[in-house]
Amino acid sequence: MTPPAQSTLVHAALRHESAALHVTGQARYVDDMALPENSVHIALGLSDVAHGQLISINTETALRMPGVRAVLTAADIPEKNDCSPVKGDDPIFAKDEIMYHGQTLFAVVADTRAQARDAVEQVKTKITPLAPILSIDAAIEQESFLEKPLTLSSGQVENAYAAAPYQLAGELYAGGQEHFYLEGQAAIAQADENGGIQLFVSTQHPSEIQHKVAGMLGLTYGDIQVDVRRMGGGFGGKESQSNLTACIAALAAHKTGRPARLVYDRDDDMRVTGKRHDIKLVYKVGFDQDGRLIALIIDQYLRCGMSYDLSKAIAIRAMTHAENAYAIPHTRITAHLCKTHTPSNTAFRGFGGPQGMIGIEQIMDKIATHLNMDPIALRQLNYYPDYEAGTPCCTPYGQVVKDGLLGKITKQLLETADYQNRRQQIDTYNQTNPVLRRGLGFAPVKFGISFNRTMLNQAGALVHVYSDGSVHLNHGGTEMGQGLHTKIIQIVADVFGLAHEDVRISATTTGKVPNTSATAASSGTDLNGMAAARAADAIKQRMTAHLAELYQCEADRITFQDRQVNLPSGEYLSFSKAVGLCYEGRVSLSATGFYATPDIHWDDASLTGSPYYYFAYGAALCEVAIDRLTGESRILRTDILHDAGRSINPALDKGQIEGGFVQGAGWLTTEELVYGQDGALLTHAPSTYKIPACSDRPYLLNINLYEGDGNRSETIHRSKAVGEPPFMLGISVFLACGDALRGLSSTKSYPDLHAPATAERLLMAAQAQQKL
Amino acid sequence: MSAALGPQKHRPIHFMLNGEAHEIERLRPDTTLLQLLRGPHSLTGTKEGCAEGDCGACTVMVGRLRADRLIWQPVNACILLLPMADKSVIRTVEGVAKEDGTLHPVQQAMVDNHGSQCGFCTPGFVMSLYGGWLNRSSFSASDLDDLLAGNLCRCTGYGPIIKAGQSLAGQPLAEWETVRLDKEKAYLDSCEAMPELFYAAEGASYIAPCSKDSFAQAYIEQPEAQIIAGATDIGLWITKQNRKLPAFISVQDVDGLDDVTEQKDGFYIGAAATHHKAADFLAAHFPSLKELWRRFGSVQVRASGTVGGNIANGSPIGDLAPAFIALDTDLLLRRGKEERRLKLEDFFLSYGQQDRQQSEWVDGLFIPKLSTNWKFNCYKLSRRFDQDISAVMGAFALKIEDGKITAARIAFGGMAGVPQRARSLETALIGQALEPDKINEPKIDSALADDFTPISDVRASAEYRLLGARNLLQKCLLEMIADKPVRLAGEGLASAGLSFLCSNASSEARQQ
Repeated sequence: MTPPAQSTLVHAALRHESAALHVTGQARYVDDMALPENSVHIALGLSDVAHGQLISINTETALRMPGVRAVLTAADIPEKNDCSPVKGDDPIFAKDEIMYHGQTLFAVVADTRAQARDAVEQVKTKITPLAPILSIDAAIEQESFLEKPLTLSSGQVENAYAAAPYQLAGELYAGGQEHFYLEGQAAIAQADENGGIQLFVSTQHPSEIQHKVAGMLGLTYGDIQVDVRRMGGGFGGKESQSNLTACIAALAAHKTGRPARLVYDRDDDMRVTGKRHDIKLVYKVGFDQDGRLIALIIDQYLRCGMSYDLSKAIAIRAMTHAENAYAIPHTRITAHLCKTHTPSNTAFRGFGGPQGMIGIEQIMDKIATHLNMDPIALRQLNYYPDYEAGTPCCTPYGQVVKDGLLGKITKQLLETADYQNRRQQIDTYNQTNPVLRRGLGFAPVKFGISFNRTMLNQAGALVHVYSDGSVHLNHGGTEMGQGLHTKIIQIVADVFGLAHEDVRISATTTGKVPNTSATAASSGTDLNGMAAARAADAIKQRMTAHLAELYQCEADRITFQDRQVNLPSGEYLSFSKAVGLCYEGRVSLSATGFYATPDIHWDDASLTGSPYYYFAYGAALCEVAIDRLTGESRILRTDILHDAGRSINPALDKGQIEGGFVQGAGWLTTEELVYGQDGALLTHAPSTYKIPACSDRPYLLNINLYEGDGNRSETIHRSKAVGEPPFMLGISVFLACGDALRGLSSTKSYPDLHAPATAERLLMAAQAQQKL
Repeated sequence: MSAALGPQKHRPIHFMLNGEAHEIERLRPDTTLLQLLRGPHSLTGTKEGCAEGDCGACTVMVGRLRADRLIWQPVNACILLLPMADKSVIRTVEGVAKEDGTLHPVQQAMVDNHGSQCGFCTPGFVMSLYGGWLNRSSFSASDLDDLLAGNLCRCTGYGPIIKAGQSLAGQPLAEWETVRLDKEKAYLDSCEAMPELFYAAEGASYIAPCSKDSFAQAYIEQPEAQIIAGATDIGLWITKQNRKLPAFISVQDVDGLDDVTEQKDGFYIGAAATHHKAADFLAAHFPSLKELWRRFGSVQVRASGTVGGNIANGSPIGDLAPAFIALDTDLLLRRGKEERRLKLEDFFLSYGQQDRQQSEWVDGLFIPKLSTNWKFNCYKLSRRFDQDISAVMGAFALKIEDGKITAARIAFGGMAGVPQRARSLETALIGQALEPDKINEPKIDSALADDFTPISDVRASAEYRLLGARNLLQKCLLEMIADKPVRLAGEGLASAGLSFLCSNASSEARQQ
């Protein structure tokens, strides 16, 4: 399927399909939907111990409260008390053992939200507290792991490390991150006449909700329908974490026979749901005098929380991104899945990739400091070669990197960002300014695109052309703000030679496209765009064949453009006229499309294979200033050059890059999750958990898309996925903070800096540097 | 319900919502405006993002009559109680576009600049930008930072929203907007004659006395009632803690209680003056307070929250309290007809305890003018620069003669259970030469340790607080010596040689 070389629709900077609805408040989210008078509302009862034995739940008083219809507990679940994505280990309501502070114990169903909330306070629980394991260190000490360590290795790592001319060892801790989607988890459920359930959920994974609700109620998948029009942000936090919300709403609808709505308030949302895994990295690295990396041994300790959720896949992505952009001949990467009495950590933009990459990136800066080398030159020396060099290298897990680009991207970025001059200016500045210190950080990104689990790389779409020429489209992906629907509309309109306004897209629903994968792994457009294009193409071909017969001409000379169908004779028909003729000719004007990513494979047992269809690349150069007396920091300037292949929509892609970068910067600066000694999350609202605010964005931000030959793999219009990769550009902020503190020590050594680099951490690190 | 609130006195709450007059008669007084909008009015464009006034997704514009002018301010509807909206005009995101559906320039700018992604925070941003529009903001990058500090977006990274804002600079109001505003002004004029608000529903009452005497009397009669001003804290007791408060007495309509006046030897700030109003007034006299107030909450919070509320609330941090203590401020209290005056520092007894008798209330503050040779600087340390609660707040008033410190008033927030003077530190500094190399660090450290034993909590560790407090003093001395700011904000950036990064350059760069 080769698209026209110069389509104006595809590759155009169109606005988000819902932009006008967003700005007028007309865009509808789950909590905005009007429900019938008899609807019920749900409030959650959460555990206030991190680990314990649940003895009893007394609901008597609560049930007598005004408006209360039911108090749901584990005992009310007809079949499986589980909402987990993989392993069957996430109870909907705790039964017997309580596993984290904030775990759902029960839910009150009442006529109003306020009544439900009041009644929650009247439910009495009896719990015998047990000692919790809360941190990574505690899990290591008590050997609390979900399973045995996962290891992937290449070369002869022990020997190579021992023989390396230089060696460094160290540790890096990087904190977790709350998704802070602005719209909290939300679901509406209503029972249908056959006992099935229809749901409206804010979720990235409608099919999984279908499966979990069916499993809970003992129904078939076919009994359940899940619709998603849009989410108010997802970021991975609605991949598996919406299952619980949906299951509880479905159970309430099932029990009461009334439409039921569950919307978490912010504090519940933050207490209940899993977050980005925090990680402790323990590493040893061997290198030579030129800065060439020889051996990397790294242990990744991820805090998974109380259950698997998606932790194993996340760990594998952390492992397969531990070397980031660098060809290292000898490696051993080991992931330890720490099991703790905290919420089950989950997918979050980058899915382990950021946690893997941050380690090697700080290591590179430490090596550069050690060898007194320019840290970017050091990186360039170790990059996987650009593809034109014709000397591809292999990753530690056995994939050949055939599409390397970072050499070119880096060179171009350093020029436009005026690196050499600024490096000198900053060094001079720092010599004369004892209080305000500036620093530069450079982070390249090489991010593997495809779900690591090969099976998930499939998608479907359904396209209808109605007899008046209007086009209606559905696909398996969900819209969370990333502009997926906009891009798919562009792709489909392009096939038919229509304008984007001619194509209507409606809510994603399991009723139209079945067996979907989560909209995750940055794969939304790659998978669904291809499926939608195939569906549209099938209809177009049927139309073409019919018109060729009708007009007695060659089918391959019929073209669709500018809302017209052009015949070889020079005659043309309006698209709607052509559709009308096909309808009269009894041509099917509806088609499904299906796509499965080719050429990828992965062996979970040996942790080897070629799991990624291609890599997305980017690089950022960031300048910060730090106040040595207070630890406060500001991002002064960031220059980004990012590879989106041949971008389907440059405006949307730049939006992903900018938003991803700022979110990544937040992870590594102001966003800090603080837990009490009892395992309670203390930062459970925006008053205490600080995502970047408006004034935290860089004073200067230059974002450019890398203009190359497009994706070397055959993706839709040769574009590249762009959802997650830019997040990791935020690592440049963290590195810039390290650089700014470097000069504070008389020995010019690299600071002992961990993430997030809050004002407190920066001040303490600055203080330590001054004592060296 | 109090005896003072006979049914004959009850009157409905009056406001105009998106051009339509409404009366509220039956809803509990602690119902939030957001609940009303999203529930009975089906105006679901206004979103709940946090229910605590920190994310701005529920931002609406509220217009009131001030000196016969219609003044608009953005507020967080999630913590605005319905009676607080009495005699106001409200515009929500549904009421911004032209009646025929044509997008307002603010909305169009957001669309054109790709200012929305998931769209959930967008109505709040539209409203904050619209506030700037109505108040004729310059829409410079730095004004936009201020205008939007109370709105969180998780998708865009803010750049596209800033660009949208910048594109609005200098655009005039359309005629159809003027017509709409005139109608709203006329509505407010018609509200002027309304009697004091006495409102009761579902067992809870809310009164908004119009004079200090009437306020004082009401509080004598209902000592258990909750005094309410901007509800930027009390709103959270309701939304977060699910507390049911049976009786409110509001400061909102008390004549003269929000006065700010310059007197011969100082400045009077009425307790009900909003941060917005007080900051405008005091910043001219104490430049250091300008930046502090700029970072105090957000535009939304400063429009609702009051100076008196910030003090009476008794928070151990309470940004303003340390600054005012260092400035030797007097607190004016009143109970019935009795008035009492005390040093602000003496008001804070211990954590959660203030020197306030039953039925006694904060009337105002008196801040003396700085005497000759006194200099004043204050600093806030927080995890995030904007819209954050301090980890440490330090305020320093120093008398400097012949290059030496001869007197000092220093106060900190976040270092103890109450905002507190650092008396040992003050003593230690007397005689200190104002030269960076001659600062006696061990003496200062031990004095600070003598003054404070801070705690570790969600915002900072004890170690950071102590070190931060000491370094703030050092920064203060450096700045006083250099006579220019040395900090990563505002003019500090410029004087640190980073002016090339200030707002003009940034707007240009963002055009790319």
